[in-house]
Amino acid sequence: MPTPCVHDATRPGALGQRLIAALLLIAVLIPAAAADPADFEPGVELIRENSFKSLEQGVGLVAASGDPRARALLTALQATELHLRKSDGALVIARPGAAGLDLIDPLTGDSMGTADKGDLKRIGLNNRLRGQVRAAIAGLNLAHPDAAVRLSGVNAMLDKLDPDGVALLRARLDAEGDDSVREVMTAAIALADLASPDASRRLEALERLDGSTHPAVRGGVQRLIAGEPDPEVLATANRVLRDIDFKRDLYGLAETLFFGLSLGSVLVLAAIGLAITFGVMGVINMAHGELMMLGAYTTYILQQLMPEQIGLALLLAIPAAFLVAGAVGVLIERGVIRFLYGRPLETLLATFGVSLILQQLVRTLISPQNVPVANPDWMSGSWQVNSLLSLTMNRMYIIAFCLIVFAALFLVLRRTNLGLQVRAVSQNRAMARAMGVRSARVDALTFGLGSGIAGVAGVALSQITNVGPNLGQTYIIDSFMVVVFGGVGNLWGTLVAGMSLGVINKILEPWAGAVLAKILVLVFIILFIQKRPRGLFPQKGRAAEG
Amino acid sequence: MKTLDNLRAAMRRDQVWDFMVPRQALELDMSHGTILYLEDISVTFDGFRAINHLNLYIDAGELRCIIGPNGAGKTTMMDIITGKTRPDTGTAWFGQTIDLLRLSEPEIASVGIGRKFQKPTVFEQHAVLENLELAMAADKRVWPTLLARLTPEQRERIDEVLETIGLQDQRDQRAGALSHGQKQWLEIGMLLMQNPYLLLVDEPVAGMTHQEMDRTAELLRSLAGKHSVVVVEHDMDFVRSIADKVTVLHQGSVLAEGSMDEVRNDPRVIEVYLGGGP
Amino acid sequence: MPPVTRLGTFHLDRGGQIFLALLALTTLLVPVLNLAVPADSSLHVSTFTVTLLGKYLTYALLAVAVDLVWGYLGILSLGHAAFFALGGYAMGMYLMRQIGDRGVYGNPELPDFMVFLNWSELPWFWHGFDMFWFAALMVVLAPGLLAFVFGWLAFRSRVTGVYLSIITQALTYALMLAFFRNEMGFGGNNGLTDFKDLLGFDLQSDATRIGLFVASALALAGGYLACRAIVTSKLGRVAVAIRDAESRTRFIGYRVEHVKLWIFTFSAVLAGIAGALYVPQVGIINPGEFSPLNSIEILIWVAIGGRATLYGAVLGAILVNYGKTYLTGVMPDAWLFVLGGLFVLVTLLLPQGLAGLFRRKETTA
Repeated sequence: MPTPCVHDATRPGALGQRLIAALLLIAVLIPAAAADPADFEPGVELIRENSFKSLEQGVGLVAASGDPRARALLTALQATELHLRKSDGALVIARPGAAGLDLIDPLTGDSMGTADKGDLKRIGLNNRLRGQVRAAIAGLNLAHPDAAVRLSGVNAMLDKLDPDGVALLRARLDAEGDDSVREVMTAAIALADLASPDASRRLEALERLDGSTHPAVRGGVQRLIAGEPDPEVLATANRVLRDIDFKRDLYGLAETLFFGLSLGSVLVLAAIGLAITFGVMGVINMAHGELMMLGAYTTYILQQLMPEQIGLALLLAIPAAFLVAGAVGVLIERGVIRFLYGRPLETLLATFGVSLILQQLVRTLISPQNVPVANPDWMSGSWQVNSLLSLTMNRMYIIAFCLIVFAALFLVLRRTNLGLQVRAVSQNRAMARAMGVRSARVDALTFGLGSGIAGVAGVALSQITNVGPNLGQTYIIDSFMVVVFGGVGNLWGTLVAGMSLGVINKILEPWAGAVLAKILVLVFIILFIQKRPRGLFPQKGRAAEG
Repeated sequence: MKTLDNLRAAMRRDQVWDFMVPRQALELDMSHGTILYLEDISVTFDGFRAINHLNLYIDAGELRCIIGPNGAGKTTMMDIITGKTRPDTGTAWFGQTIDLLRLSEPEIASVGIGRKFQKPTVFEQHAVLENLELAMAADKRVWPTLLARLTPEQRERIDEVLETIGLQDQRDQRAGALSHGQKQWLEIGMLLMQNPYLLLVDEPVAGMTHQEMDRTAELLRSLAGKHSVVVVEHDMDFVRSIADKVTVLHQGSVLAEGSMDEVRNDPRVIEVYLGGGP
Repeated sequence: MPPVTRLGTFHLDRGGQIFLALLALTTLLVPVLNLAVPADSSLHVSTFTVTLLGKYLTYALLAVAVDLVWGYLGILSLGHAAFFALGGYAMGMYLMRQIGDRGVYGNPELPDFMVFLNWSELPWFWHGFDMFWFAALMVVLAPGLLAFVFGWLAFRSRVTGVYLSIITQALTYALMLAFFRNEMGFGGNNGLTDFKDLLGFDLQSDATRIGLFVASALALAGGYLACRAIVTSKLGRVAVAIRDAESRTRFIGYRVEHVKLWIFTFSAVLAGIAGALYVPQVGIINPGEFSPLNSIEILIWVAIGGRATLYGAVLGAILVNYGKTYLTGVMPDAWLFVLGGLFVLVTLLLPQGLAGLFRRKETTA
């Protein structure tokens, strides 16, 4: 693939660069005044001629025209998506699509059908032109009415700062109305000032950079330290670097914590249903993972039923998965587990059999392969706290969802009649029965509740992992670990254990690698159980004996 | 200086690794005529004080009955003596030399304390004979157990105990198939096979018929003298029929101690048993 | 008349006698039918079948090992596949070193996968595996030590019942993840394969195959007799006592954790030997052998055959694996349904297994 990999456009022909810069400055500085929309069409024509000379002029004209279509056109040119159709010489944007390349009219944005690679001629750039286009896009970005576009434009420039760009930034700084854009612009200009021969200017620039979180700033300060002759500037630079590093570490920690909590939420979601069936009822349900899988498949099926409304389908999947998994859970309890109370090892084997059957059922009825489950728009994207820390929305939703499910379950067990009966049966089956609790019904409902939660967890999992017949197996061992670590029969224990295992995992990952981190966590739990066989929050007293 | 001492104490090898603690002598020394000393024992479960500054002494060869209302701490006291529960405070000595709090359950069993549980627990899948064989005093480490063969003396001893507990005809029966009373006796038989110095017997006559009860009383009385016997029982008639000395437990400590008659006339005991309110 | 209780004397039960007789008959007949009977005769046993039978026998030994700890000691181990795989890897490492310079890359010192990973020298833990006696020692030591350390930790702190099952499962799962890593130096995902010969005998030849089959049969017989000796000894009765009433056993003076530890370790060693015999016959060992599913499958062999009988474990292992071979050939989709169904039905309807049916008949007759 002919991907150009030379980005440093400042080197060849410094004089030429200056020229372009000057040209651009004029083009951008006074966009409103000098912009002549009439320049756009001739500019496009020049680009269509596709020689380096005509391109240079064409790009200049298009950039200066102030036409709203200019940005899209130049972006396509920069991404080497701009082509000429050989048959009629039309200018097209070509993007890979389902059948070959999809063609789009750069001027109208309309689709122009599809084409093969051979039908098109790519409009290529040389280094000089590439620099020109980049600067032109930067200029257009900075002049864009939307502050978000301006911000990302400045951020992009900060990564690869060149003198033209700095000049551009200086020129636009006063006109800029948005504070956060101004902040990044100031940082970029200060970064450029670090190269100034004047020591006091370097010093002043350093002060302005103190505490800036942008990665390029750190690199700039480091470069400065490497070659700084002035001791005062050097000392300041070292201090600024320390401040920056401290902030970086802090945000790094926050990010690890966030990743850890989101992984922990997944673990808690997976384990919390188990905490009920295993913890409260003392039943080992090896099919728990498969109940999660059913929840994930429920999401898939609902999305298949309403392909236009995947967000709505996802929301509807929550109650639907609860009902499906819960119903299957009740079936398992009535059909198998009921006959095996008091024989935990046999229960383990029988429910394992059930899990095999459920897996194979999905393979036979739906597909042995993974199925695609779509993420709705509001799940994607991220919240950019600053340039060092961005929190992805799907992880945020998972954490929130986990806490909601936990709270709901907690309320059900604490505040409802069913919860009271469940706790009674779990503490003393015979006595509860004597008090008129129909323990068989309570067992079935409790198991259904735990299974239903597993189904709900499956909905959440469908958004962050592959949905396939093996989904459950991946999570079952982790879920058991969480329950055992937290202490059986203790919902809070499950929450704390799940979250801490998630965080520990993510802390270990950077230096141990994902797989080794997982192994270490497993070994840690195995050792932990030796010390505290009943988990973090054991049940105490007579009832726990024996 | 003090920190240094603390550090030195913390670094002592025999304190860091419990398996490096020198083994204490496991020979029973009853030179003072007392076999069991429980002093100032307290245990708390979840804020509930099951045993509260309990002091109890058992003499060699004595037959002691312990009575008390539910929750008085009788079973917990047995748990402490046999190592199942560790007290929060206090000391428990077996004879002059053996600190029970530093021994595990099997070690306590091997120094000569046997226990019969409240609920009869015999090995149901094993024959009566096998139950007695397993309980028999012997080298109970893994390898000797693997190679163990019954000597004629051991066979004789088993037959003797079978006769004592009256289960000769059931020797090849599965223990699970025995009646409730027979299971109780088998458990006492298993205790005898261990040949302990001290027998702890928890509610031996629960669920027994009158005849069975009489036989059990006879059995226990015949054991006293050779062994020290501690019986926990609810049935007052049974206690009266066997006891030399009775200890009344209440709320985890000793309320009264003495002969049956003394105890029965003790106003505090009457209060606890008849007076209703605490 | 009630059977007279025998104490501390080794004896075989009816099932055991029949099993050993059948095993002896098979071990004598199969080599003859394979080597002496011409290939076109209907009595001829193909080398493929011999190898298949040999594989079943190693599974049977594994099942006996599991029955010893599950049936008699009440430890539901979900980690025996790990011991089996460790024994297999020890043997596999020996076989890898035997390849010498006959590998694809022709490196006399390094196995192919290490050349592929650009390793320049043999990792320290591969040293010694070019000697058979060392590998054989490792077949016993690797699973034995793991079981000993793990058991010492677990039994000492009285982890029992389902807790123990779950952490044994975590153990084998952690090992599986570890062996999947290339950095571990055990061939990663692909494991060890392309073996050429064992003690100088070509692994592809009929005679070697027969030899391995006979060795598996002998190992099974030896393992069975050793387990039988344990369960008929006083230690065996202590084990059953622990299974039925653990704390009671402690109160009559047995060191329950020691008994569990030694029997568990012995069982792990048996599993390791089974794995070591399995690898040369199937020609490959990879981390998939550690998968938790494998461990649980062993349990269903034992459950179907009948727990706490030993011969039942052999019967179950052979029946289930024959069923698996047959079904995965005829209708692959159905196998997991059948296996899952077996788990449910056997635990619900046949808690004593097939041996239970057999015993019931014996007592009524």
